Amino acid sequence: MRRFLGFVKKEFLHIFRDYRTLIILFGIPAAQILIFGYAVSTDIKNAGVAFLDLSKDETTQKITDKICSSGFFKRTENLLSYNDIDRILKKGKTKAVVVFEENFGNKLISEGKSSISIIADGSEPNTATLVTNYLTAIITDFNSQLAGPATSTSPLIQSEVTMFYNPGLKGHFMFVPGIITLILILICALMTSVTITREKEFGTIEVLLVSPLKPAQIILGKVTPYFILSFINVILILLLSWLVFKLPVKGSIMLLLAESMLYILMSLSLGILISTVSSTMQQAIFISLVGMMLPTVLLSGFIFPIRNMPEVYNWLSAIFPPRYFIIIIKNIMIKGTGFLYVWKETLVLAVMTLIFIGLSVRNFKIRL
Amino acid sequence: MRTILYLIRKEFIQIFRNKFIGRAIFAVPIVQLLILVPAVTFEIKSVRLAIIDRDMTSESRGLINKLEGSGFFEVKYSPFSDGEANNLIAGDKCDVTLQIPSGFGKNIGTGTAARIMVSANAVNASTAMLSWAYLNGVIRDYNSVVMEENINTNPVTPAPRIMIENRYWYNEMLNYKHYMLPGILGILVTAIGFLLAGLNLVREKEVGTIEQINVTPVRKYQFIIAKMVPFIIIGIIDLAVGMVLGKILFDVPFEGSIALLFLGATIFLIAILGLALFISTLSGTQQQFMFIAFFFMIIFILMSGIFTPYESMPGWAQAFNKVNPVAYLMRINRMVMLKGSTIQDISTELWSLLIIAVTFTFFAVRRYRKTA
Repeated sequence: MRRFLGFVKKEFLHIFRDYRTLIILFGIPAAQILIFGYAVSTDIKNAGVAFLDLSKDETTQKITDKICSSGFFKRTENLLSYNDIDRILKKGKTKAVVVFEENFGNKLISEGKSSISIIADGSEPNTATLVTNYLTAIITDFNSQLAGPATSTSPLIQSEVTMFYNPGLKGHFMFVPGIITLILILICALMTSVTITREKEFGTIEVLLVSPLKPAQIILGKVTPYFILSFINVILILLLSWLVFKLPVKGSIMLLLAESMLYILMSLSLGILISTVSSTMQQAIFISLVGMMLPTVLLSGFIFPIRNMPEVYNWLSAIFPPRYFIIIIKNIMIKGTGFLYVWKETLVLAVMTLIFIGLSVRNFKIRL
Repeated sequence: MRTILYLIRKEFIQIFRNKFIGRAIFAVPIVQLLILVPAVTFEIKSVRLAIIDRDMTSESRGLINKLEGSGFFEVKYSPFSDGEANNLIAGDKCDVTLQIPSGFGKNIGTGTAARIMVSANAVNASTAMLSWAYLNGVIRDYNSVVMEENINTNPVTPAPRIMIENRYWYNEMLNYKHYMLPGILGILVTAIGFLLAGLNLVREKEVGTIEQINVTPVRKYQFIIAKMVPFIIIGIIDLAVGMVLGKILFDVPFEGSIALLFLGATIFLIAILGLALFISTLSGTQQQFMFIAFFFMIIFILMSGIFTPYESMPGWAQAFNKVNPVAYLMRINRMVMLKGSTIQDISTELWSLLIIAVTFTFFAVRRYRKTA
């Protein structure tokens, strides 16, 4: 045991000697939380809109003003002909063009209807949908004001909506759990796989192998410091999201921390497994960063809900551990549900941990 | 010039000597592209609905039928109490619950307003908003049907109407695959070039082989160029293969000039590799480099506008994106591939990227010390 503690101490020294790594280790989560919180938003603000006004009357002017003063849009240009639409959309600053037909105002009065077309840049589907919806809402609003109170009949069915768990519809509720999941698996897998392959690549592992330490102790000793550091990281992220975004843990914090420990353990054993199959650090880094980053972001349900994907992905994403942890953490943190709601996911993570450890033990070579 | 060619050859041998890396450079992006592109979508396939119908009249059933008929909603459960409905949301068995109070049908019949209560699981705010918008649309439709039925008892004069029609250019069906392919491809190319080029240089430092170069008359710029060129070539090949696959499998259109796209990609690669080499001249170990690279990559990618619109970012984020090469690549890729933008349309992006590329490369050459 004393030998083992000495070894753990040596590993800690390795880590603390390189203060830059340590700064980054705690800096990444903090920076990400802030970026996601403040920079990444799917709302529209000041989206560029151009107008092609073939009528140029009082009504079209009013609609144009209403759109520009809404705060969502800013005018980029007034176009003169249909041929300009393609030119301006290709520049990329303009997201949509609003076209008023000829004699717009007159038709509206004499025939009782006139038409507007909204041509949106579909190369960015999300923005295109949002911009079209907002524009439609503004124009519809104008229309109902125009109609006046005399003719408007209030709708018979009125619906009231309650947004559960997240009444303010904030993005934080989605990205804080996502970032914890992403950061933990990447950092844990990366760190462990790199520190073990490093000893392999430089041959220092031989020194360890001939020492009286058992292979299991070596691995455990390598992993313990990262376990502790990652756990501190979890607490840090939770504190940060609580202080900056006022996002408290709704459920039992002990349960959340226990689940995080399980997840860290799983990520560390994944890192060990990666180190047993790679011979150089480059290879280990390649697998744990290039190989895992995008699938973790995209297939875990972090940003894109799995249920919206084609059916196969339901099965495919089942082999990615982050998927389960996101469910667990969302349940405990945001919904405040207990262990009863997450025991299945917990079991899956535990089984995965055992599989990774089992495979690593089988692959770990005592001789070089 | 001959020196550079020899050095480049050496780099290629070094890269491909590691069998795993040699294969992974091409296999990983292709496999990820094939798997990830179809997965990424904001579209909602179906919303799972639980309905508490306390009314049980033909009107309430009419509304439920309308919801089921819309194609968006699947009525999964019909719980009897609020508690039961809340449990369904907590257990993630349904997304939205709808409560129709008793008296709903009667109120509609007499022309007084009837209330219904909707609760949505809003952990994912954007999905919740979309589901709510769909639901509202169906309710509005149902409303107008009911009003038309009532029209005899309660006549309304038609108001002037503005008809709105909308069209999406360049991607009429709003196919997400067309949007995501250029983006994901860009990220993969970035990740590979950035990591491997940087690691390559630091590794030589860490293992000590850089000494052997340092004692030769190879100039500093020659060394940096030789470290860069192989990864530019690899990046371009990855890009080309990815695009061909996109065209064949996902039918992603290619409207613009291929040469223009590759020009943009080459300048981008120089910029990103310049930065990678600059960082690696500053770091002593591969581990250090990796963390700094990881930090930059995550920030570059998340802020680049790959998932969220660039315009909705606050001012400081847009200012940061002026030096973010990935943000330029995203725009160039998408504009040229999907819209057929020409060199005039993207000249600002190209020039900015070029300035970034020259600056980073200059720093890398400056910082690289031949003396240990």
